[in-house]
Amino acid sequence: MATTHDRLFSTISGVENEPLYTPESGGVDYERDLGDPGEFPFTRGVYPSMYRGRLWTMRQFAGFGTASETNERFRYLLEHGQTGLSTAFDMPTLMGYDSDHPRSLGEVGREGVAVDSLADMETLFAGIPLGEVSTSMTINSPAAILLAFYLCVGEQQGVGRERLRGTIQTDILKEYIAQKEYIFPPEPSMRLVTDMVEFCAREMPLWHPISISGYHIREAGSTAAQELAFTLANGFTYVEWAIARGLDVDSFAPRLSFFFNAHLDFFEEIAKYRAARRIWATVMRERYGAKNPRSLLMRFHTQTAGVSLTAQQPEVNIVRTAIEALAAVLGGTQSLHTNSFDEALALPTEDAVRLALRTQQVIAHETGVVNTADPLGGSYYVEALTNELERQAYDYFDRIDKLGGVVAAIKENFFQREIAEASFRYQSEVEAGRRVVVGVNRHQSEAEPELEILRIDPALERKQVERVQALRAARDGAAVEAALARLREDAARDDRNLMGPIVEASRVYATMGEMCDALREVWGTWRETPVF
Amino acid sequence: MAGKIRVVIAKPGLDGHDRGAKIIARALRDAGMEVIYTGLHQTPEQIVETVIQEDADAVGISILSGAHMTLVPRILELLRGQGAEDVLVVVGGTIPSDDVAELKRQGVAEVFTPGAPTAGIVDFLQARVPV
Repeated sequence: MATTHDRLFSTISGVENEPLYTPESGGVDYERDLGDPGEFPFTRGVYPSMYRGRLWTMRQFAGFGTASETNERFRYLLEHGQTGLSTAFDMPTLMGYDSDHPRSLGEVGREGVAVDSLADMETLFAGIPLGEVSTSMTINSPAAILLAFYLCVGEQQGVGRERLRGTIQTDILKEYIAQKEYIFPPEPSMRLVTDMVEFCAREMPLWHPISISGYHIREAGSTAAQELAFTLANGFTYVEWAIARGLDVDSFAPRLSFFFNAHLDFFEEIAKYRAARRIWATVMRERYGAKNPRSLLMRFHTQTAGVSLTAQQPEVNIVRTAIEALAAVLGGTQSLHTNSFDEALALPTEDAVRLALRTQQVIAHETGVVNTADPLGGSYYVEALTNELERQAYDYFDRIDKLGGVVAAIKENFFQREIAEASFRYQSEVEAGRRVVVGVNRHQSEAEPELEILRIDPALERKQVERVQALRAARDGAAVEAALARLREDAARDDRNLMGPIVEASRVYATMGEMCDALREVWGTWRETPVF
Repeated sequence: MAGKIRVVIAKPGLDGHDRGAKIIARALRDAGMEVIYTGLHQTPEQIVETVIQEDADAVGISILSGAHMTLVPRILELLRGQGAEDVLVVVGGTIPSDDVAELKRQGVAEVFTPGAPTAGIVDFLQARVPV
């Protein structure tokens, strides 16, 4: 057995813990540092009544195969009490390749749904009234194109763009930092993001044009403090670009939303969400001059940590996910995705997804944690950790500023190196047995039961390839050419907003890959220098 | 010639999950091997070209996109086409057990799934690569 000599008492991210926290530990001024829930600086939550007023949105991420398979999964989840939709796209879609592109071979419909054109989007949302659901779409480099497709499906259903509710991820900065699904170099990518922010501020008042995401930064192996700091730094960068475009900060800031990871170190995660709200509100007010109280509110989605799931004894993942989900709720999340226990092996089966959703329902209806706002506020330990994470975040902001800002720091591989370092440190601690992972380096089982997993039918890829090729043969080719020519022309000029030409090209069924190719021609592509 | 084991760590496919690849690359380097990391989004052709150019003893293919049954056999085929079937091929990632068996049948020396300790991977390469 491990003795107290070789056990680590630091958080999973390496923050040292005291053996005891007392009234002397924190140095918290209630009015200045906490405030009531719904009051500046929103440390205790963005709404006065929190979950008494309204529960978080239970939003399970889904997508695989072709649009019709995913449409069935959407309807299944809505029937089982889910309250919002969340779309996962396949790798070719995320990277801006049509399903019949050579680089798409073997990847179509594997990690999400394949969407090549407006025609696929029509199938994906068939029978789902877009005026009544809110939809989240996890896509970044080609986000503007997918938003255009969605808007066109809305029009077909008679739902105007001003009534569409949902979120599209669009967070390209964290792609360069962590998830690595980039197409274009950072500057034109940021121009496209800013075009969307401007377009949504003007025409889609209920839509969240960016979900500023720490999730993937954490999944890439970062610490909690890095997730917090890099995500907020990215958020400030989007704000600065939009202000530089001439937008009033209060015209778009209320529609910025966030997306965080819920990892296993229970109190550290809760502290992270609380610090995030306080930093965002403070900086938005003091540095960017936001006046609308809604511009100061950090509202966020949370997903439990995929990286914490193990392939060994996979049922244990149900327990991990429940604890992580509880941290997200006690941290005041606005929506939540709970991972399924089989996801270290494959995409989840329908049964596994239902169990993950049930986990949220138990927290919401059986545990009583929703009965009061911020039940952990004032805990000596939680407040001290909140202060510590905040301090570490401001340290990182200084370092990033010294490098010339986020885009410059990306080009210097700053974030990539910091994350690789943290992830290697954690792995070394696990391998030395100083961090215990149940079932992996302690309490292993000899015989692992075979789990039934979701299999993607390889025939789906062929079907999708035929579908996009048939579409190209059937549409008005001249109209597509003209629309793509206009997109190229406007892409070359910084004073044009590209949303208009993208919507026009979508309407005539130009494919996502064709639009991305048009932009590649003008802007070039990005390739990072690999570091490890 | 006594020398260091030369390993290419390769990321085929379109996904950007590079945490594992980087950890393995570093652990192998720390164990005294020469490690060449290809970076992301590599085609099978690019990977095999790197293996040949670098005169590698082994290639570690990291894949978490679900496309392993398309991309790994293609890499094996291209290696054979180049007369490089003596290069030891190992795979790491989210690979279901049925697929593990099939990949091994096709010539993959070992498949490491999530949770595999890096020390085990180091030992495996040291045992299987003659230097």
